[in-house]
Amino acid sequence: MLKSRILHRAQTMDGFRLGTGVFAFFLVLIVATLGWELWRQSLLSLQKFGFGFWVTETWDPVAGRFGALPFIWGTLYSSILALLLATPVAIGIAVFISELCPARLKQPLIFLTELLAAIPSIVYGLWGIFVLVPAVRALQVATPSALRQLPLFSGPPLGVGMLSAGVILAIMIVPFTSSVAREVLKSVPAAQREAAYALGATRLEAIRAALFYARTGIVGAVMLGFGRALGETMAVTMVIGNSPQVSWSLFAPQYTMAAVLANEFTEAANPLYLNALIEIGLFLFIITLAVNSLSRLLIWRMGRIGKEVVTLPAPAEAAA
Amino acid sequence: MKRALISIASVALLSSATLVAQTMQINGAGATFPYPIYSKWFAEYNKLHPNVQINYQSIGSGGGIQQVTSQTVFFGATDGPMTDEQLKAAPGPLMHFPTVLGAVVPVYNIPGFSGELKFTGRLLADIYLGKVKKWNDPAIAQLNAGAKLPATDITVVHRSEGSGTTYIWVDYLSKVAPDFKQRVGVSTSVNWPLGVGGKGNEGVSGLVSQTPGAIGYVELIYALQNKISFGTVQNAAGDFVRASLESVTAAAAGAAANMPADFRVSITNAPGAKAYPISSFTWILLYQDPKDKAQGKTMVDFMKWALSDGQKYCAALGYAPLPPSVVKLGMTALGKIKL
Repeated sequence: MLKSRILHRAQTMDGFRLGTGVFAFFLVLIVATLGWELWRQSLLSLQKFGFGFWVTETWDPVAGRFGALPFIWGTLYSSILALLLATPVAIGIAVFISELCPARLKQPLIFLTELLAAIPSIVYGLWGIFVLVPAVRALQVATPSALRQLPLFSGPPLGVGMLSAGVILAIMIVPFTSSVAREVLKSVPAAQREAAYALGATRLEAIRAALFYARTGIVGAVMLGFGRALGETMAVTMVIGNSPQVSWSLFAPQYTMAAVLANEFTEAANPLYLNALIEIGLFLFIITLAVNSLSRLLIWRMGRIGKEVVTLPAPAEAAA
Repeated sequence: MKRALISIASVALLSSATLVAQTMQINGAGATFPYPIYSKWFAEYNKLHPNVQINYQSIGSGGGIQQVTSQTVFFGATDGPMTDEQLKAAPGPLMHFPTVLGAVVPVYNIPGFSGELKFTGRLLADIYLGKVKKWNDPAIAQLNAGAKLPATDITVVHRSEGSGTTYIWVDYLSKVAPDFKQRVGVSTSVNWPLGVGGKGNEGVSGLVSQTPGAIGYVELIYALQNKISFGTVQNAAGDFVRASLESVTAAAAGAAANMPADFRVSITNAPGAKAYPISSFTWILLYQDPKDKAQGKTMVDFMKWALSDGQKYCAALGYAPLPPSVVKLGMTALGKIKL
């Protein structure tokens, strides 16, 4: 009787495992079919343009000549710019909250940074048009003409363009990067800090030691923000100027992959045009997948290293 | 209590069952530009015929053409006529029916100037090709004697997304300027030589109003509703015409004389002294031999109503009604649908 009950339990467990396993497998299947479908629907363009698609600067739906270089350029440029602007701020926030912040401030600050992540991107876009773009234009007008000679600052002061896109993206990715970086810092074993203090380190040096220990995970957090920036659509298309050109200038209106998809997909009635757009989607899919996998891998590795170290109970916790 | 619930539930079930039996659902998709008038029409028609419900998804002209071609919807709607290639891809002959008219107007933001500017098609093409770069260019000054225009750089603004508005704009510029046709061409989205893209009418007008020295183009309805001032454009007869519902209808009347049997006609740069040159029809697409005859019959009845009684709703929503000559041609063409 007991035996049969144990057997029955084991069978239920097997069924449960199978059931949940199917759901998990379903997720993998969705990603795989996504990739397959994107590839299948872009065959026309893949065959016609081949590798040239990625290095051609022309995007002419009338003549049926398509090249994705301006969109790839714009996506990478705006995302890297956002990363440069957002990373110091995000890591600063994470360090402050996890290491230096008075306990009373901690929860409100966490709530506020996470609130930023909850704002819909169209709201960021509207804010961008009405507040950020005029401010950026004023900055551009105030730029001394000697500086304006440089390729980085050339072009008329439009307000919309790469700089506005980079700033708005930076604001959008700060909460992502800082939350993950905070979690990563939290997973640094207390023994690390204790060891630093034991060696006579100041508080600043102890934080540096913790940051150094957490570096892989923090790079992962930054990459996660990068992945988010790559795919952001609405807010960017509202402030980047939507002009397919490859330019170093921060003031020049440019374009991104996600923005061109959002803008042109509905009216693309010609098969080749549609295939070219979907090929851009395929490329975006691959890049974001790669960036996100890499960042997860780094964060995951960090978590594993953390567990391998024998942790001593932190005195602060023990006292509480 | 329980019994009451059961009886309510059964009544609800019964009534929904009869509703399903009687209501005819017709689905359509396409252009965003005529969406306000179409939804008004469908609602009014539903009041007259409570058993007919027409659903319309304003997903864009390109999407409308695709969906009607793949027969996922019963009718399509487009701001630019289908190309021969697109017609060939459809499983059966598709017919175009003009429903209302739209127009596109040039809007601008010139520091220190608030008057009404005069444009020619040539000048607009040169601005959009980047050949005229400053507001005090002789080409602009010559047309606008007396206007004090600054030496500000012109910032060109266009639509960022594929749009029927862009189609009408570049169709006109291509007609009046061969070099524009060769460099840019006609489509719902094109390869602009310069400028910045704004999303939607609101995006373009937002960029124009915020950027000193900017010029853009928006739908007439949008400009009227938001009280944005716009310039006059010289028509084929040589007159400078301000866009209005009358001048747009006049353009359609001017073009009706040479209307092709399939209605696939561009009426930009139309003849007639009162015609506004950047005007266009918008079309509903129907199969000549519809698969579902009952839906076909209802749709033809709706179209007849829209072309006659329905036209009186146009003006209030800012659309120019069809001239009587085009309505007559449309009615005749509806008779060709095989029911």
